[in-house]
Amino acid sequence: MHEMGIANSILEAVATEVRRRPGSRASRVGVRIGELAAIDADSLTFCFDALSRDTDLEGLQLEIEVCPRRHRCDPCSETFDVHDYEFACPKCGSMQTKFVSGDELELAYLEVEENESSALAEKSS
Amino acid sequence: MNQVLLQKKVLSENDRVAESLRDRFRQNGVLCVNLISSPGSGKTTLLERTLEILPSEARVAVLTGDIQTENDANRLKRFGFPVKQITTGGTCHLDARMIEKHLEDWDLAKLDILFIENVGNLVCPSSYDLGEAAKIVILSVAEGEDKPLKYPSIFFQSELLILSKTDLLPHAPFDVELAEQNARRVHPGMDVLHVSCLTRVGVAAWIRWIEQKRAAQVESKAQPAG
Repeated sequence: MHEMGIANSILEAVATEVRRRPGSRASRVGVRIGELAAIDADSLTFCFDALSRDTDLEGLQLEIEVCPRRHRCDPCSETFDVHDYEFACPKCGSMQTKFVSGDELELAYLEVEENESSALAEKSS
Repeated sequence: MNQVLLQKKVLSENDRVAESLRDRFRQNGVLCVNLISSPGSGKTTLLERTLEILPSEARVAVLTGDIQTENDANRLKRFGFPVKQITTGGTCHLDARMIEKHLEDWDLAKLDILFIENVGNLVCPSSYDLGEAAKIVILSVAEGEDKPLKYPSIFFQSELLILSKTDLLPHAPFDVELAEQNARRVHPGMDVLHVSCLTRVGVAAWIRWIEQKRAAQVESKAQPAG
């Protein structure tokens, strides 16, 4: 149950990004979570909403992309999703496959709305 | 509307501190290992068995994490090595900042091995890099063989699985082979050791594993970076 800490880290990163853009408002943040990252998406969303309530970031949407475990086959270079710990290459059947991704815990993007006064300020500057 | 690409890790601040710790450990020739298991699998007891057979001049220290109490530090201090308790006050894992803070008054140049005993938990500690050279997961034979499949993250990240409490095997319906198979499904090629802290069978092999790991680290430091 460390989703609270993760949610807090996401909100801090968003706040830092918003501070760099005076007058803007963040509307949506995208995160990528690998299935090996030990993060529960529902729990993260719950914590995120609870922590952002009554703050400048209230209403910020969290979009979570869950990333499967992926392996690459040594002999034939096929890259494939691993389901139920089945590591054999679906193309050539080799067991010589290596982990390439699936443990992500990354901030992907942030959608910000520039409000008019800041857009004007930018134009006049 | 403006979309800004961020492309950075959520825990980048923790990772930054962990990387600086890792550098310090390497510079000072300290092997740091992070012991992780569910509560009650025997992390502290394994450390007791370890400290009791190390020679008194061994340059070893322990940081032990719990949500509350100094109990573990008190158990481990009896062996005369530097031991510090980290009480997290509710947090279910250790993070790199806690390690950095608790190392402040220790001279790393005087250490060869630092054991970190994480908070008992198979989930959350897997997200937080502490700057360790290796994570080690402990699973007791009183638990289920399918734990590696249920908690893949920590088994995937750990270099070594210690099956603990093996003295209970005659009494526990635990299939050792299946447990190892499950661990290697999640993490092909992971090392596995069997240890009983009651009979001490396997403790020597565990110490050898640590010594080899430290020798490998010292050797890799001696080689010019490639």
